[in-house]
Amino acid sequence: MSLELLDLHGWEISQKIKETKISEEEVFSFFKERIQKLDKHINSFVEIYSNPVRESKESSLCGVPIAIKDNICIRGKRITCASQILNSHNAVYDATVIRALKDKGLSIIGTTNMDEFAFGSSTENSCYGPTRNPWNLECVPGGSSGGSAAAVAARLVPFALGSDTGGSIRQPASFCGVVGFKPTYGRVSRFGLIAFGSSLDQIGPITTNFVDCAHLLNIICGFDEYDSTTSKKNVPDFTKSLIDNIRGLRIGLPREYFGEGLDSEVEKAVRETAELLEKEGAKIVEIALPHTQYAVATYYIIAPSEASSNLERFDGIKYGMCKKNEDLLSLYKNTRKEGFGREAKRRILIGTYSLSSGYYEAYYIRASKVRTLIKKDFEDAFLSVDAILTPTSPVPAFKLGEKVDDPLSMYLSDIYTISANLAGICAVSFPCGFTKTNLPIGAQLIGRPFDEETLIRIGFTFQQRTDYHKRIPPLVGG
Amino acid sequence: MSHNVVDKKIVEYVSHLARIDIDNKEKERLTYELSKIIGYIDKLKELNVDSVVPTRGGFSETNIFRSDTAERKDYFVDMLKNAPAQEDNHFKVPKIIE
Repeated sequence: MSLELLDLHGWEISQKIKETKISEEEVFSFFKERIQKLDKHINSFVEIYSNPVRESKESSLCGVPIAIKDNICIRGKRITCASQILNSHNAVYDATVIRALKDKGLSIIGTTNMDEFAFGSSTENSCYGPTRNPWNLECVPGGSSGGSAAAVAARLVPFALGSDTGGSIRQPASFCGVVGFKPTYGRVSRFGLIAFGSSLDQIGPITTNFVDCAHLLNIICGFDEYDSTTSKKNVPDFTKSLIDNIRGLRIGLPREYFGEGLDSEVEKAVRETAELLEKEGAKIVEIALPHTQYAVATYYIIAPSEASSNLERFDGIKYGMCKKNEDLLSLYKNTRKEGFGREAKRRILIGTYSLSSGYYEAYYIRASKVRTLIKKDFEDAFLSVDAILTPTSPVPAFKLGEKVDDPLSMYLSDIYTISANLAGICAVSFPCGFTKTNLPIGAQLIGRPFDEETLIRIGFTFQQRTDYHKRIPPLVGG
Repeated sequence: MSHNVVDKKIVEYVSHLARIDIDNKEKERLTYELSKIIGYIDKLKELNVDSVVPTRGGFSETNIFRSDTAERKDYFVDMLKNAPAQEDNHFKVPKIIE
């Protein structure tokens, strides 16, 4: 039974529990033992709970273990955002998504590693050391939700939650060969997610397949009175979109996403994905998203600006670390010097610069205007297509250390994922192939606002015809 | 790409605004890195955006209100426990007023 668990979807495990073929305790122990045995090579977990954090017993995912990125509050549990500055902080309340998971009886098994405050694309900027890619331990898992993606890929847990500000769910999902979904801005409550870029952040599921993804979205989506940016729009039953039929759907391939810098193996795999979808009855059309080339520059003003403001609260008075001093100003300055890592400081300074008097108009306002143009590109495109297909990342997983001293080249690795956050629309990365060296390749589907359903339908159809999502890294028993 | 977009004086000023102490070595590195990054961002100046309305957030459909009623939460004690210094149910800070 135990080994069979690796091949089951999360919701199938829940079925087995309901049919009393296996107990929740056995399921929890099985995954906990796997983590204890294998995670020393991967370092995807920050903390493993000795007993599951759970309450209710009724739902489609009841009793299934889930891992949580270390920036989402679980009451009474340590939360650090992988930063020294929060090293001894315990969450004093549950994030709304955690409340929802507890209500639906999922077993929270622990917290996962990440880039400090979600600043990064490789999970190398963590005070716990880097997470490694289970497909190749010399490679990064992507970031910033690298711990969540690596843990799911290595089948250390059936699924996990991550957060996505510029691709932090999708890019690691792509590097690790799993499904990572960023819902539409406003679909999922951000209450209890430690804020990075408040106009961009969304929590989303990381799973091996679209079935579990739909089940998890059902649980975490919906209006929340504690987050005024959540939408009151009706939340559909996403499992009803698990339809093996995409006949008549129009899918756009934006020419700007298939240009310079795109790895040839990645391009081939994504084009073959388009061909498969076409064979299944979708109509593939070439489209234009003309302001794509400005997305990274726009994002690296807006996201750091919001981050610099959100991170003001870490001042040595209310949380964790404090470098005591006689005068208050020195206390602030020394605490923040010692507490924040390199990338966090870099982003806080870029943000402070863009918002400072004399530069505000030239940078922050200008970027907010270009954001409007990027959003408009998608509105225009969605007049003629139902979804957009692109590579998730221009390259497969890169080597540890390869980009760590070159922040700009690290930023450019998010080139295909950033636009969906700027436009506030939904997008998902799913495995669509492997390189010759056996590294996963991810394809991205981008959808209309609040049309997660179409993406699930396309992804589900694709997974009925392929087995990429079923492959398990050889290092962890595949 | 210009490497002089941001100089040391700006880095000093901005790190003071951000309340982060930086030493000389960091100052040099950050001057170089920020120049490179801001230099890349200056690409946005190619676009004419005079008549474009800025986007501030995601989807602001309507204002969302809720009734302004006080709720008693039991966070208080746990929140204080997280503070580096506390006394008599208060956060403790260095002397601010002379």
